[in-house]
Amino acid sequence: MSKPNVELKATSFTLSVLYINHPSIDVVSQELDKKLAQAPQFFLGAPLILNLSAINQSEIDIAELKQCLSDKQLIIVGITDANDALAKQAKNCGLAVVKSGKQAPQPQLPKRDTKIVKQNVRSGQQIYAKDSDLVVFGAVGNGAEVIADGSIHIYGALRGKAMAGAGGDNNSIIIASQLQAELVSIAGQYWLAEHLQQYQIEKRGCVRLSGDTLLVESLPE
Amino acid sequence: MTQIIVVTSGKGGVGKTTSSAAIATGLALQGHKTVVIDFDIGLRNLDLIMGCERRVVYDFVNVINGEANLNQALIKDKRCSNLYVLPASQTRDKDALTKEGVGKVLDDLAKDFEYIICDSPAGIEQGAMMALYFADVAIVTTNPEVSSVRDSDRILGMLQSRSRRAEQNLEPIKEFLLLTRYSPARAKTGEMLSVEDVEEILAIKLLGVIPESQAVLKASNSGVPVIVDQESDAGLAYSDTVERLLGKDVPLRFIEEEKKGFLKRIFGS
Ligand SMILES: Nc1ncnc2c1ncn2[C@@H]1O[C@H](COP(=O)(O)OP(=O)(O)OP(=O)(O)O)[C@@H](O)[C@H]1O
Ligand SMILES: [Mg+2]
Repeated sequence: MSKPNVELKATSFTLSVLYINHPSIDVVSQELDKKLAQAPQFFLGAPLILNLSAINQSEIDIAELKQCLSDKQLIIVGITDANDALAKQAKNCGLAVVKSGKQAPQPQLPKRDTKIVKQNVRSGQQIYAKDSDLVVFGAVGNGAEVIADGSIHIYGALRGKAMAGAGGDNNSIIIASQLQAELVSIAGQYWLAEHLQQYQIEKRGCVRLSGDTLLVESLPE
Repeated sequence: MTQIIVVTSGKGGVGKTTSSAAIATGLALQGHKTVVIDFDIGLRNLDLIMGCERRVVYDFVNVINGEANLNQALIKDKRCSNLYVLPASQTRDKDALTKEGVGKVLDDLAKDFEYIICDSPAGIEQGAMMALYFADVAIVTTNPEVSSVRDSDRILGMLQSRSRRAEQNLEPIKEFLLLTRYSPARAKTGEMLSVEDVEEILAIKLLGVIPESQAVLKASNSGVPVIVDQESDAGLAYSDTVERLLGKDVPLRFIEEEKKGFLKRIFGS
């Protein structure tokens, strides 16, 4: 396949932030001129973000501010910490409104908990681990059922039914230290005991999906 | 502290009543004041096995309904002064057992008795649920066959979810396995499950193994709990079971096939 002509990738950059601490553009301009005179190389051509937190209560014309800074060869790419009115002005003159790393909410990973059952699951009992993986420290008896939206790990024998990926997650697996199940299922694909027996796995085994067929592997002791 | 012990199984006919009678008698013979209650309302069996059926006037349900007081209904054992029987009613149905009613009777009994043995009916209905609800200890009576083991597993689930201790988040019921009607020869040929098989599947502490024995039928026909027959293998196995219940470490007996003598080997048995 040839390389696509457009690609979207997330990369982070470190930007300098210029804090505007006075609402008068003239005052800011004069002070900035002094700074630039001290270290002209440092700012020249560097992209800058304006932090407006100190002047959030004041009225200031962002377009005018932007123009003033551009005249000094500064490249303004966006603003941060602005109130809604200032942010709106900024957008209107083509500036990005950004949040600094600390403020930005952490990217939400799909939430997946682990439910732990510290005893045997007995005949007639049913355990459902919603939106989570399920770990059973004991055995799952004949006539017992364990269901998880994620994967299922059973440290005892699995003699009953185990259904992983109940919410449709194909990547879910089932691991048991003795695979003698009445039924195993992953994302709706299931096998009954008779089918499982062909694999002769009385010992530790892992059930997973490969494409849309189930696969049973024995695990090392 | 009084201990409430339920003898339960799920499956019918596995030896709950035989075991309740034997264990209650064994505890009493060791000097502990014990009462054994028949929860099998409508069938009434325990009084027969205990040999007190002719002395039943009032029963458990009469006491619950306030038609008789405990002292009128409790039957004192002929052989052992520490032992009492609270018989079941033959005429009522199982719904006569309410949580409040049973709880009240058990509270009253706890003032006088060290051990309260509850002989559960089979199944998982009201009677069985009431028998296990207040228990501190459960003796899960199981025969070495697949259906009995599975029902025992089911009952263990109930003990862990539907008992008072589970509902109130107290320390869980102490669960023991009592394997009854065990035949080493049939376990060896694979006809029946072995002690190890059952222990592995149920994963609870083994309290005792009672061999399949002619002595049991003989004992129940004569209305004497089999534990009194200290000549019999079943009687001795129940005595060991009681010792273990009292916390003593006693080795298992009668779990290996009996070695046949020279003549028996030649001529068969
Ligand atoms: N160890 C044993 N050896 C031989 N027979 C036994 C043994 N234990 C129990 N039995 C027999 O099994 C039958 C059922 O026993 P028992 O009445 O104690 O069971 P149960 O579990 O109380 O039954 P139910 O569920 O009807 O209340 C009886 O005929 C009894 O004599
Ligand atoms: Mg009975």
